[in-house]
Amino acid sequence: MNSNKEILKEKEYTILNLGPTHPATHGIFQNVMKMDGELIVEAQPTIGYIHRAFEKLAERRPYNQITPITDRLNYCSSPINNMGWHMTVEKLAGIEIPKRVQYLRVIIMELARIADHIICNSVIGVDSGAMTGFLYVFQWREFIYEIYEELCGARLTTNIGRIGGLERDFTPLAWEKIHKLLKEFPEGLKEFENLLVRNRIFMDRTINCGPITAERALQYGFTGPNLRAAGVDYDVRVMNPYSGYEDFTFDIPLGTNGDTYDRFMVREQEMWQSLSIIRQAVEKLDKMEDKTTFHADVPNFFLPEKEDVYNTMEGLIYHFKIVMGETEMPKGEVYHAVEGGNGELGFYLVSDGGRTPYRLHFRRPCFIYYQAYPEMVKGAFLSDAILTMSSMNVIAGELDA
Amino acid sequence: MSSLTQEYITEKLQSKFEGAIQSIEMLHDFLTITVEKSSLKSIMKFLHDDESLNFHFLTTLCGLHFPDQAAQFGMMYQLHNMPANFRIRIKSFTNDSEPVFDTMSDIWPAANWQERETHDFYGFRFHGHPDMRRILNMDSLVGWPMRKEFPLEDPFRGDKDDKMFGR
Repeated sequence: MNSNKEILKEKEYTILNLGPTHPATHGIFQNVMKMDGELIVEAQPTIGYIHRAFEKLAERRPYNQITPITDRLNYCSSPINNMGWHMTVEKLAGIEIPKRVQYLRVIIMELARIADHIICNSVIGVDSGAMTGFLYVFQWREFIYEIYEELCGARLTTNIGRIGGLERDFTPLAWEKIHKLLKEFPEGLKEFENLLVRNRIFMDRTINCGPITAERALQYGFTGPNLRAAGVDYDVRVMNPYSGYEDFTFDIPLGTNGDTYDRFMVREQEMWQSLSIIRQAVEKLDKMEDKTTFHADVPNFFLPEKEDVYNTMEGLIYHFKIVMGETEMPKGEVYHAVEGGNGELGFYLVSDGGRTPYRLHFRRPCFIYYQAYPEMVKGAFLSDAILTMSSMNVIAGELDA
Repeated sequence: MSSLTQEYITEKLQSKFEGAIQSIEMLHDFLTITVEKSSLKSIMKFLHDDESLNFHFLTTLCGLHFPDQAAQFGMMYQLHNMPANFRIRIKSFTNDSEPVFDTMSDIWPAANWQERETHDFYGFRFHGHPDMRRILNMDSLVGWPMRKEFPLEDPFRGDKDDKMFGR
């Protein structure tokens, strides 16, 4: 009788530390990966490297001072975050925003969406080996930043707009630049698409790379382009319209497989829709008789003109009250969501009537959907995992809050 | 499906979980229901599983701390029925000083990291959670930073105190 035991050969895996500062991850992400050759057996993400305690900070800041914090969430499309925050406070305080201001905000938000999608899509190109498109469309992002600069003075962390409206009206130069973008950007975007959309190498690299089913995506709390790429037509702009989005006609592009190629295509199509929304907004503004309003009439929230501060009593009082955070806020709790660059960006605000929020919780889309990453890359090649990550549009600032 | 109304939801919940519903409010057009902590999990499961309610999407969740209340710690969940486009907020409070809530990560995998975040911020534990560790803060951090007693800045700094402003 053979008493020899069966020899079990233990399979040896390699542990690969991808990140936290790997150039291919475009941000501070760490993934400890268990590799079987080039295949990923298991991925263990670690996050929080740039956690700045935004929710805690917000509890010690007057409402207007929280806007700069929101800039630093998804810094690829900060204006959307800023607007989302203003609208949350306006909802709590019951401020009605004039139509003209709403449309101006829509223009800003759609510019931000384009800037966001340009980065994400061109980076997918870079990670699949196509640097040209990235450098090419970056000029357009630069151009959008120039528009921001004209609207608010800043480029990346914009702090654009104020509670109750915008800080200033669009300048003639800003309009000129917006018209130039509407005229010339479609051509640039088309050229970018021609480089990638039907490119055999790009398609081979991205189709069936990091797919997720619609069902699984919903369970994981996906929103935004990632969810739409899986085939679910959920868009906050349509489901719960804000800032006058109900007045616009636009399509919600959908994918079917939820893979990298679909995510790329959904963003690509969304940029065309954004352009159309901006065009519609410009038309609507042209037809409007009102050409000057850029804020609601809420002296309790909106800073008076400097001239009034120096020359009138009311101006001085309101200025002092706003700057010192002395505006009365109603008690209550409110949730407001906007369609951010990468999903539903929500603000859950509890106010006890004090000068600062009692509790402010950010629903950060990429924090929620990045959980699915280990599942999406399991069994895939390392190079596909890199592509999957960049196509998910995970932004470190928003992930870590 | 789009006939989902506030009355229908509250009636359905009240008939099934009589006594566990503490309050029903509309806060800025948002149906908010506060429930007994002991039946929180079964209510959430019911909201998810029941075909006519179909709250299949967990939008967000977070912890709450009201030191002045008897039941000072709480959880807030927001659910979404997308086909009917109906949102609902569920809250639950406890006076336990070291609260343990049931995990929702088996119903919605999306709750996994969000519960870890809540644990990280408030020190709540989630019964049945697969990986109850800190997520955003470092492991060596002492205390639970989102609790109201956790100091943020130099405590001697007076210019941000409410009392300076007569509140």
